[in-house]
Amino acid sequence: MKPGDLGELALRNLREALLRNSLTTLGVAVGVASLVAMLSLGVGLQELASKRLANSGLFDTVLVTSRRNLRDFNRSSAEKSAPPQKAPPLDEDVRKEMEHLPNVVEVYPQIRFPTEVRYNGNPYSTVVVGVPASARGNGAYDGMQGSFFSSPTSDEAILQIEFAKDLSNQPSALIAKELIVRYVERQPLAPQSAPADPPSTKKVDGSAAASANDAVSEGFSIVPREKKLRIVGIIETEPAAGFGGFGNGRLFIPLDVATALRAAQVTDLRDAVRASSGKTSYANLTVRAKSPSQVEAIESSIKNMGFSTFSLLDATRNLRLFFTIFDLLLAIFGSLALSVATLGIINTLVMAILERRREIGILKALGAADRDVKQLFFVEAGVMGLLGGVLGAGMGWLIGKAVTWGTNLYLQRQNLPPAHVFSVPWWLVLSAIAFAVVVSLAAGLYPATRAARLNPVEALRYE
Amino acid sequence: MIPIGNGFAVRAERVSRHYQMGSALIRAVDDITLQVRAGEFLSLLGSSGSGKSTLLNLMAGLDRPTSGAIFAQGRNLSELNSLELARYRSRDVGMVFQSFNLLPRMNLEENVELPLRLAEVERGERARRVREALERVRLEKRLTHRPSELSGGEQQRAALARALVNRPTLLLADEPTGNLDSATGESIMVLLREIKHSLGMAIVLVTHERPLAEKFADRIAFVADGKLVSDVVKP
Repeated sequence: MKPGDLGELALRNLREALLRNSLTTLGVAVGVASLVAMLSLGVGLQELASKRLANSGLFDTVLVTSRRNLRDFNRSSAEKSAPPQKAPPLDEDVRKEMEHLPNVVEVYPQIRFPTEVRYNGNPYSTVVVGVPASARGNGAYDGMQGSFFSSPTSDEAILQIEFAKDLSNQPSALIAKELIVRYVERQPLAPQSAPADPPSTKKVDGSAAASANDAVSEGFSIVPREKKLRIVGIIETEPAAGFGGFGNGRLFIPLDVATALRAAQVTDLRDAVRASSGKTSYANLTVRAKSPSQVEAIESSIKNMGFSTFSLLDATRNLRLFFTIFDLLLAIFGSLALSVATLGIINTLVMAILERRREIGILKALGAADRDVKQLFFVEAGVMGLLGGVLGAGMGWLIGKAVTWGTNLYLQRQNLPPAHVFSVPWWLVLSAIAFAVVVSLAAGLYPATRAARLNPVEALRYE
Repeated sequence: MIPIGNGFAVRAERVSRHYQMGSALIRAVDDITLQVRAGEFLSLLGSSGSGKSTLLNLMAGLDRPTSGAIFAQGRNLSELNSLELARYRSRDVGMVFQSFNLLPRMNLEENVELPLRLAEVERGERARRVREALERVRLEKRLTHRPSELSGGEQQRAALARALVNRPTLLLADEPTGNLDSATGESIMVLLREIKHSLGMAIVLVTHERPLAEKFADRIAFVADGKLVSDVVKP
């Protein structure tokens, strides 16, 4: 029989036993709805967790340090490694090189320096941290008072709430006020070809410590400076953008502004006694990947460049493992209802064979092959699966909406921000429908085979 | 006219069909040899349980003989697989039953169209052939009626239209008048004879009503206890 005729006859047969077939289809729909609801919950929670974690900057960043540093601080003396002079410096050239690695979004140094803040004439000691513009998308700034920096180069500051409380009893009143940050600026000195006089109190010169093989470093002097900043926001949490990142910072300013200040950092003293190529070198760099899944490749490329790296890759792996198992369990529970629905399809079709025994005999007498009869029952099962799948996916989506609504109502009462605990992606909808059809066809296999094998003479005799 | 082939519409050679019922062996058809010529009207006469319907089912390719062979269209039906047998039933055989066997959920047009769907005839051609078949049995005005809305005679005429629609070479009728009053039954027989004359197909009629057989058939074969007891060609 042609597919069109097959479909027409199958639909006609389904329409004839409308109530029974509708109930069977509804059974499939409930099964699919439960599967979709369970998996949507799994996907939703995974997305929620991944988004929060990705926004935190913990999982999509690689912390890069020079091997010189690690040798100095972390490695045991027995460990073999490249001689210090062969370990490349972490300078501007390297930074640019890393920016051109595939899937790297940005590479930025961590700028953090101690400061004295003047507000209303009173001094307050704290730590200033440079924040990259990309941190705007960071979930940590979502619920802040005020706003994020208006531009990457604006002289603005965001205060951590505890520090804001030190400045004023009414922290929210600080927004739009100005404060003064006092810091020490590095001022490079002209290169010297020979060891000079012993450095003065305010002058640090690395050349005296340089070995004969090293180029002569510049050295720098430090000069106290002041910077006026406008407070634009107050943040309640401690935003983390990468481990070893902005923790402990109390005053955040745009990274570009922080870089331009050329403020002396703690690590400068160490760099000053080390030979360099004369370019700005960094204690460490943070490399941000497009997504956590690309961290591993980026880490490996950077290691090949001769630097040490650190990421929380293992943690993301565990997270993925957890959600894979979680999804699997949800899918199993969701599938239970669908397996009950499968039995419903088998039952309906077996009943249909009994009822339509004579009809099958007539069809065979008129020239229907076993294959035609089998396909007819198959299509009927498939149509029930398709309709049940579509209906079930819709029902699952509605359940998701209802649960999200209920959850957000509860979160609202708990003074917590709303969250999307449910996610019904297209692939899930299409897969659920396809799964329902496949399961229904599998359920139709036995009845269809049985119908096809009916002896036409006996079937015609059946009253 | 339908091509005649080797001169026989169907030929049974030493055909037997036995059933095992518990410990008893039922010889429903027992070593029958019978030929039906193309365009011939043969009536199989016999009492209930004589084996005439079993023989008809064997000729229709609905059943397979225990031994012997049935030849139709130059092929031994026993050697055909189930798909080939289905094609034979679809293209070469038309069947009419005592209880009409129309599908109650379909109207007349759909019932008559069913064999054409199974034979994968094009949709446009189907409509034309359905109308033609229903006109032949004078039911062209009842296209949209369901079987339950028709009288017994009309239902059997519709069944006849369905049997003819694929233009078979062999029409097998199993007690087609059994559920009808004598006048209606006779009108069906008249129709059968008309069809035989106009389309030239062979007809095998199973009946136990001797007068009808004698009036309409070209040849009468008597079956009793699964055996062919006599084969009479009318003068």
